[in-house]
This record gives sequence, structure tokens and C-alpha cells, in this order.
Amino acid sequence: MDKSLKKSQKSKPEEKKTSFWARIFVRKGWGQVILLPLLSVFTALFIGAFIIAFSNIEVLTSWGKIFSHPWETLAITWNSIKTAYVAMFEGSFGKPVEMIAAVRTWLSTGMTKDLVAAFRPFSESLVIATPYIFAGLGVALGFRCNLFNIGAEGQLFIGALASVFIGYSVTGLPFYIHMPLAVIGGVAAAGLWGAIPGFLKAYTGAHEVINTMMMNYIAFRLMDFFLTGPMARPDKMPITPEIQTTAYLPTLFPSPMRVHWGFFIALGAAILVYWFLWKTPLGMEIRMVGANPRAARYAGVKNKTIIVLTMTISAALAGLGGVSQILGVDHRLVRAFSSGYGFDAIALALLGNSHPFGVVLASLLFGFLRGGAARMQSIAGTPVELIRIIQGMVIIFIAAPEIIRGLYHIRSKSKKEPVSAALLKEG
Amino acid sequence: MPPILELRGITKTFPGIIANDHIDLTLNEGEILALLGENGAGKTTLMNILYGLYIPDDGKILIRGSEVTIHNPHDAIKLGIGMVHQHFMLVPVFTVTENVMLGVEPTKAGLFLDRFATAKNVQEYSKKYRLNVDPQVKIEDLSVGVQQRVEIIKVLYRHAEILIFDEPTAVLTPQEVEEFFKIIHTMVDQGKSIIFITHKLKEVLAIADRIMVLRGGKVVGSTTPKQATEASLANMMVGREVILKVDKKPAKPTTTVLKVKKLRVKDDRHLTAVNDVTFEVKAGEVLGIAGVQGNGQKELVEALTGLKAIEDGQVTVLGHDTTMMTPRKIREVGSAHIPEDRQQDGLILSFSVADNLVMNTYYEPPFTKGINLQQNEIDKVAKERVKQFDIRTTSITVPVSNLSGGNQQKVIVAREFSRPIKLLIASQPTRGLDVGSIEYIHQQIIKKRDEGCAVLLVSPELDEIVNLSDRIAVMFTGQILDILPAETATREKLGLLMAGIKDTVPDPVAG
Repeated sequence: MDKSLKKSQKSKPEEKKTSFWARIFVRKGWGQVILLPLLSVFTALFIGAFIIAFSNIEVLTSWGKIFSHPWETLAITWNSIKTAYVAMFEGSFGKPVEMIAAVRTWLSTGMTKDLVAAFRPFSESLVIATPYIFAGLGVALGFRCNLFNIGAEGQLFIGALASVFIGYSVTGLPFYIHMPLAVIGGVAAAGLWGAIPGFLKAYTGAHEVINTMMMNYIAFRLMDFFLTGPMARPDKMPITPEIQTTAYLPTLFPSPMRVHWGFFIALGAAILVYWFLWKTPLGMEIRMVGANPRAARYAGVKNKTIIVLTMTISAALAGLGGVSQILGVDHRLVRAFSSGYGFDAIALALLGNSHPFGVVLASLLFGFLRGGAARMQSIAGTPVELIRIIQGMVIIFIAAPEIIRGLYHIRSKSKKEPVSAALLKEG
Repeated sequence: MPPILELRGITKTFPGIIANDHIDLTLNEGEILALLGENGAGKTTLMNILYGLYIPDDGKILIRGSEVTIHNPHDAIKLGIGMVHQHFMLVPVFTVTENVMLGVEPTKAGLFLDRFATAKNVQEYSKKYRLNVDPQVKIEDLSVGVQQRVEIIKVLYRHAEILIFDEPTAVLTPQEVEEFFKIIHTMVDQGKSIIFITHKLKEVLAIADRIMVLRGGKVVGSTTPKQATEASLANMMVGREVILKVDKKPAKPTTTVLKVKKLRVKDDRHLTAVNDVTFEVKAGEVLGIAGVQGNGQKELVEALTGLKAIEDGQVTVLGHDTTMMTPRKIREVGSAHIPEDRQQDGLILSFSVADNLVMNTYYEPPFTKGINLQQNEIDKVAKERVKQFDIRTTSITVPVSNLSGGNQQKVIVAREFSRPIKLLIASQPTRGLDVGSIEYIHQQIIKKRDEGCAVLLVSPELDEIVNLSDRIAVMFTGQILDILPAETATREKLGLLMAGIKDTVPDPVAG
């Protein structure tokens, strides 16, 4: 009884004052969908600033003199934060001034040397964002069917394994057959890998969170086995041989710009997922099963088939993340090739509100954060782990939107308005 | 002496709506006040204010003449206000005693639960108010009627003087209702005061001392059972003339549409829920299935619509054997289904009104061409249906959860009736709806019957069954005890059958 009481108390619309933010965004129905992630990121960066400052030994010592030299202390603190974030920005996006200058030089003289140097950080961030988008889309698609695919990392590995194998073992094919073959092989393998927990969920009721997680461990060990045995390089290092150049996903610009076709395939995949989910009957069925499985069954949807199918597509998308990394960037497989893309994907899907375009934006954000991390460490001395902390905070804020709503006085546009009020609408 | 409870000018607004508009209410000690009104009239809001779930924007609450403020249910309980909710708040695996003490556990030496003290209390209350409840029994072993009495004990145990009952008879058999009324009278004799929320007119006239009618958040009238009739109350509630008795011509049954032969179905716990059930429904007639909830009706409907596996027996619809068919196939044969639980089964609340209106046909042309959904076609048809079925919604793109219960049900009716159907399986089609919506749904069902559709109506509401059916079957513990023509089926006869008492069947529980 108490529970229900508390709930209804919470939904009490007691807050009358509408804040500045609320007035701008909340009027529109989609306002909060965009506003909350933005404010989450902003707040995380804000708190990150304190962490930057107080993990800096110079700042800490200066605070010992806060009473004698208050302005100096504050200036040092501010500088440390500024240096770190500017470095992060320059490391991920580039230096705007240099970028404009480089474009000018290029336009007037045709010299591309400056251009490459100026835009390289940007390109690198996109390279990181690419597998993020694929894996994030996979997890988001699962969310739409109310399936929690924790196994994106393992699916990424399986996709990478299959595509790298096709990439180096098959020879003599032209590019336009070999590359697509490697892509399709990787996608199919990952899809099948995801179909297993999907099948278990649909037909035995085994929870997909447990199963996909366990499938991860199997995938990791499977990869160890292949890298140390059947697929190891002739010198027995746990690295696969290089794939044939015919299997490369071509880069868009000459070296050292590493951004490759995969990025645009990822954008295409996002559009495709959007179309699939909202513009096809099958996508509608996936969303129906996700929103209300009982009503879906009542409407004639074959829930079990849909669950297996969704897990398969979800895993195939995650697998594409691995495939693109191998065929587009690494060109060979080492154990540490992923650095947790599949796990971050869960966060991306949450941050992107399980919407394909939201996932793209979230992936770009994470791509840029990580792209700038190295420069931040070398210039400002802020450990790269700060990025992880910021990512973590973003997720906490997304998962607990009440924190953000409370901080910025945004009134909850709760679906659970008082029952009586909803009923009164009948007029 | 001041009245035990007085509300003065209670006003409560929600964004865009005045739920309670200067409501005055007086409850004298030892009185039964019936609060009557359609869904959305503001009854529940008012009672939630009284129980501390909402804070009123304006107005005063006086208990025995002195003003009080109620911020939360704890305040309300302290002031002697108790509420028995429509949906019981009991833990099934706990005993009666444990449920009663939950939340106010008495302890020995401040450390150990004192079950004995509570059990003794329960026994005392049980005796004093003739509730007849055994404190040691687990809730899951009790019938619904007894569970309700446990709820009453819970409230009494917290020393309530004012008891609020929210739709208390919704889950009871006619006999249990009578039993319940006796209990109410005993409580009043012992000095308790009662507020009784309902939209059942018969009951109001049977039990209330005074009747207050709410409409659109305002008090539209106060009367007594002596002065009022069912018709006058209904008119007050709705604000216009209401036809309580569905106006229908005698049925003209023709060919058999639905044929059920020796059907056996198991429930979710793998116990036989439908046992050897045989019946037929002809085109142009309504077969009503009466019975207290939980006697296999749900499983019967789920089996007929393909949602549940059939253990044994055969179902045919228009000559097609549908025993093993999927829900979609059965639908395509020409049957429609209004599910018992519209929010769980009938609708996807987060989806738009338009999507819900095509939820059974979205995969067919014109809604799907090739592999593309045709949103324009869906919207076009949705707009037509909203108009045709008078669904009150601000737009077809809003989530269906924004609609009132009556309009949600209209969405389902619109969807199911907009196809050429030969069989309608309607399970509690008016559950929780207001008088106006009930009238509308009933008319639609009879219209379908007159168009030559076979209708199977399942409902625990005896009034509904009696009003609509041409023949009435009564279900008890998974079996159909008897099928009576509507003309000979009196309430008493049906009531006895619903309780499992049939002269010719000595032991209906067997099997």
C-alpha cells in the first residue's frame, strides 16, 4: 500500500515555478528528450572541471594559500581547467584557427599538408565514433524491443574474427567482391551469435542479460583460442596476419587521415534502422513487442520470432562495429582491438534515447571525448581516465533524470499524471 | 453536535482541468453517504484529498468541527480516516494477521513481532462486526469476498472512524454483495461512518442514507434513496436522459458461427481452468457467459482467440477448425475480440491513437505496401474512425494513454468493428467505464448482433449479462453449469448458479 501512496505523492504537481530552461524546452513535446541528455553532458563536464582542478598538484598546493593569495589561487585553478578542456577540444576537434588557415592555403595554393595536420584530430574522432555508432545502434534496436543486449562487445569480437579470417585467408578476389564478402561474413557471424541468446529468451524464457553476458565470455575465450592457435601469425604471436588489401574498407583521404568508408556506412545504418523501426510493419512489430508483449500477441504478432529476429539484427549491427574496425582501421586482429566499444554502446543507446539519430549524436560525443583524451593528458597532465569519469557521470544522470530535473528545476512531464486528471479529459 | 466530517469549498485543479470545484460535503456520525458519479467526475480526487494523497488548492477539512490539514495518508489514519481500495493491498503468502499488522507491527520488548496480540485483535474485530475471518489463514487461500473483509479489518485495526470504500462491490457475487451490506450495517450500528464510492445505481438505492452526485468536479445534487430512482440518478450523473435498459428487438438467430466442443484449457499454473465446455453461438444472437471472476472465463476467451493452447476439444468458427490457429489466423477467419484488460491486451498505451486503431491490420494493404508502412493511409483511416466512433482525443498522434477509459475502449471497438466480422468475443467490454460509455458500447454490440454477427459476451456484471444476452450460460469452476434463455433467467437463479448451486448437479466442484 505504501508504495502506491508514495508514487501518487510523487506525481503531485506541486512545483508551480517554471524555470528558464523549462520554459524554453518543455513546451514542445520532444523538448525533454533532447534537453535532459544535453544538460547531463553539461553537468558531467562541469563536475569534471572540479576533478581536473583537484587532481592537479599545482592547484592543490595553491589552495594552501587561498587566504593569503585568493585571486592567484582561483586563477591557477581556472587555468588548469581551461588548459585541460582546451587541450581536449583541440585534440578531438582540432584548432579552429589552424583549420580555417589550412583551408585558405589549400584553396589558394592547393597545398594539402596543412590541411592534413589541421583536420587529423577531427578524422581520428570520427574513426573512434564509427564502431560506437554501429554498436550503439545494435543496443538501441534491442531496447526498442525491450531486450537488453549486454553482449555487444562479444558480438563485436565475433564479427571481427569472421571478417578478419575472410580478409586474410581468401585471396585472389577483386575488391568489389572481397570487401563485401568480408563485411557480410562478419555481420552474419555476429548475427548468429546474437540469435543464440535471442532463441534462448524466446523459447526457454532465459533472460537475455545473463545470456548475452555469458556469450561475451565465450566470445572472448574463443578469440583467445583463435589468436593463439588457428589464426595466429606464423611467428606465433597472438595477432592474426594482415588482411588482403582487397578486403580493406577504403579510407576517404590519403594517410595519415584514417577516417574510412565505415563512418558513412554507420550513418547509413542509422537511417536504415530508423526506416526499419518506424516505416515498416516488421519494425512496428518489434516496437509493439517491446512496448507491450501481451497486446502484441493479441494483435497477432509472433513474439518469439520477433525476439529472435531483433537479437539477430541487434548483434549484426554490433558485429559491424568490429568489422569496420578491422577492415577500415586495424587490418589485423589483436586481442585489445576494441577497448570496450560494446560496453560503452549500452551507455550510448541510453544517452541517445534508443533513437538511431540520438545514438549517432551520442557516439560522436563519446568519439570526440575519447579523441581528445590523449592530448589532454600530454598537454594538461590530466589523466585520460577523466574521460571515463565524465562518461560515467553522463550515464548516471541519464539513468536518474530526477537529478537533472532537480538541479535545473525542470518539471517532470510525467506520463503518470493523476488518474483523475486523465479521466477528466473526456470532457 | 458537529458532523464527524465536513468538507468546505474543496477545490483541486490539475493542469487544464478542475477536478474538484468548490465541493461541500457533510458526513454525520453513523451515516452511510454514497458518492455517485461517472468516471472522471472527481470522486476519486476528492477521496484522495481526504486520504492525504493530494493537497487541495483551496477549501477546508473539518473533523468533528475542528479544522485539520492532511498532508499524507499517515495524517489521515491518525485522524481516524480509513480507506478500502478497489484493488486489495494484501500480501498473498502472508496470513490474515500478518497482513493486518503490516505497517503497524506491535512488538514485544521492542524487538520481536507480537503476532499473538494482533491475532487476538483480529478475532475481536471479526466477532464484533461479524466478519467471520480466521486470523491464521493465508490470504491466497481466501475468496475475494473474505479478502475484502481482511481489508476492512486492516482499516479498523488502525482505529478508523470514517471508512471510505472505493467501488467495493466490483469483485463480489450478488450473494457476497448482500453479505457485504450486512457488514456495513453492523459497522454503522457500532458507530462508524461510511463513505461509499460507486457508479452502481441499484446498490446506492439499497444501502445509502444519503446520496451525493458529482459531475464534472461539481456537486450536482444531493438526495436520498426515498426520493430517487435509478433513472433519476443516472440522469443526474450524466446530465441527460440515459437509457439504462438496452433497447433491443428479439434475436433472430440463424446459422451457427462458433461451435465449442468439449473444450479443456489449463491456466498459467497448469491447472485445468476450463473443463469440458460445450456450447454454440449462432449468428444474430448474444450468448452471455456469467460467473464470478476467476472461474475460467479468462482462459476460455484466451483459448477461443488463440492466445492460449487448447488441451483438448475442438473450436470451429464458420466451419473452420480454429483449435490450433494463431490469433492472427483466427481473426482473419472473421472474428473480433474485445479483451478483458484493455490496457494490457487491447492497447499499446505508449503508441499513438492512430497506430492503435490499425493494430490488427497494419500489415495488410492499404496500410502496408511492399515493405513500407503507409503512414498517410493509417492517419486517414484513423481520422475517419475517430469521427465515426466519436473518440474524444485532441489528435490522432497523441499516445492512447492520454485518453479516458471510455475513449480507450472506443478505440478498441472502432478497430475491431471496422472489419467485416462474423463473430465478436467481448470480454468485460465495459469494465470500469462510466454510464455514458457503457450505454454506447452496449448499443454498438447490439447493433453488431442485429447485423448478423454472433456475439459471445463474457462479464462478471450480472446487469450487463442480463441486459444484452439472448441466452445466458453460467460458468463455475471451469464448467458451464447451465445455459438458460434470457427470459427465464432471474437474478436469483443466476446468482445461485454463480455460487455453484444447481439442483440437478449434486457436486459441481468435482472434476
